[in-house]
Amino acid sequence: MGESVWVLGATMTKFGRFADKDLVDLASEAAIGALDDAGVGMRDMQVLAAGNLEEASTGVGQRIQHQLGQYGVPVFNVVNACATGATAVRAVYLSIAAGEADMGLAVGAEQMGKQGLLNAGKKARTGEKRVFAPRGRYGALQGVEGVLGSGLMPGVFAKAGLEYAAEHDGVGFEQFAKVAVKNHAHSALNPLAQYRDAFSLEQVMAAEMIGYPNTVLMCCPTGDGAAAVVLVSEKKLKTLDPDQQRRAVKISASVLTSDPFTEADHVQPDINTLTRRAADEAYAKAGVDPQDLDLVELHDCFATAELVHYDNLRLCEPGGAGDFIDSGAPTRDGRIPVNVSGGLISKGHPIGATGVAGIYEITTHLRGEAGDRQVSDAKVGLAHVIGLGSSCGVHILERRAS
Amino acid sequence: MSAPATTRQLPLVRYLALEPEPHLVANECTKCNAVYFETRVACASCENRDFQPRPLATTGTLRTFSIIHRSAKGIPTPYVSAVVNLDGGGVVKANLVNAGTDPAGIRLKMPLRLTTWVVGTDDEGTEAVAFGFEPVEGGSNG
Repeated sequence: MGESVWVLGATMTKFGRFADKDLVDLASEAAIGALDDAGVGMRDMQVLAAGNLEEASTGVGQRIQHQLGQYGVPVFNVVNACATGATAVRAVYLSIAAGEADMGLAVGAEQMGKQGLLNAGKKARTGEKRVFAPRGRYGALQGVEGVLGSGLMPGVFAKAGLEYAAEHDGVGFEQFAKVAVKNHAHSALNPLAQYRDAFSLEQVMAAEMIGYPNTVLMCCPTGDGAAAVVLVSEKKLKTLDPDQQRRAVKISASVLTSDPFTEADHVQPDINTLTRRAADEAYAKAGVDPQDLDLVELHDCFATAELVHYDNLRLCEPGGAGDFIDSGAPTRDGRIPVNVSGGLISKGHPIGATGVAGIYEITTHLRGEAGDRQVSDAKVGLAHVIGLGSSCGVHILERRAS
Repeated sequence: MSAPATTRQLPLVRYLALEPEPHLVANECTKCNAVYFETRVACASCENRDFQPRPLATTGTLRTFSIIHRSAKGIPTPYVSAVVNLDGGGVVKANLVNAGTDPAGIRLKMPLRLTTWVVGTDDEGTEAVAFGFEPVEGGSNG
């Protein structure tokens, strides 16, 4: 095995809605933050990866270079659904692991605004004569969303949660709601979170229902934001200042998976199998046991998703995700704190930024720099994201042995 | 020319067969028996490139669901989006109908059967027929 790759600098912008900024403003703010945090400049970067969904065809990485420094280094513009940011980090990781670069910059950024449900509001054609004719790979005569079930995100992730409930005792609406209570409470301590309000279990369960069992307080918002990390080879790190070395965080595992064939994934995306594979591969690579983790940032796009990932990431006993949340284990002062940032539910989910922001959060705790929300004496953490389609990224980070 | 005596009907999707009684027909891999509702170039499970039509059962059980209260523009809510395990194999996504939209009335693993209805009519009077699943009357309520 080659030498390790390290996080040298990390930052994120506040998540929220920033109508007065454009995508490159947000991406540049994060990139400069990470470069300054690392104590290096664009001239030191030998590779750049930019993760973004909505403006992916515009050369986001090059647009960042135009703002911050153009030196002709390779740029990877990546899109991988909600795993886009983690994929950008992994592209830089691979370049360094392959020995092609000593140092590189990964930026994830998104500007979504207040657009409501993703994929919603497609306009129907009007004015043309309408004659039914089968179209597409299903031979459909007209749109099937809402007629043959729902393929939109709230429905898909709600069904993933209730499928788990069907298979395991002690899981229901209340357990899912407790996830959201926890993450909203966590976000109150995070100045970079989009929302910072705590809610009671009663408030979460009584909020507007979006897709049972997820109420609006159990769904992530759309929003704007960016995050960035500077990665460095171990060899290069050893040549840097003691303070840069002291704050560096080791990437013990970087894993990306897609979904293998399963019986039902052509009708209901399987968010479990690829997450389990990614997690198991990451634990093996890092030589870390799930019970060794001091904190986890996982992909809680909906409260139902977080609950099933307790099991997928082996944080709880098999089938025991309901007991895990009921016991308080994933709260900030619990056995394995999960989403102390507030998670996607309350910190926010600007899609391209999310995977990088999870790595920022873990890094900040491992450095002991997380302020009011610091998980005490954090030594090892895991960041997980999953995008439908599907793609899953898992990174395990470790504090430098002192 | 006079209008046809009976209304012309077409299935909303190719994998719904209306005759002799409505049922679903999947594309089954001839090698590993994986089933798909869309056309595939090769089997995602084993790479075999040959498929055959396979009629599926019209009964099954509720694998999972969500009661959709907020959706894309133009889609009436609330409704129940369900995933159904068909008896004898095959998993399908469809609406659960005639079961209400109260979670108290929807039981995971409850027995279901296929049902159809007209979902739209084009400018030549052709009707599109959709399918969904409804609780089996007299099914176990335990």
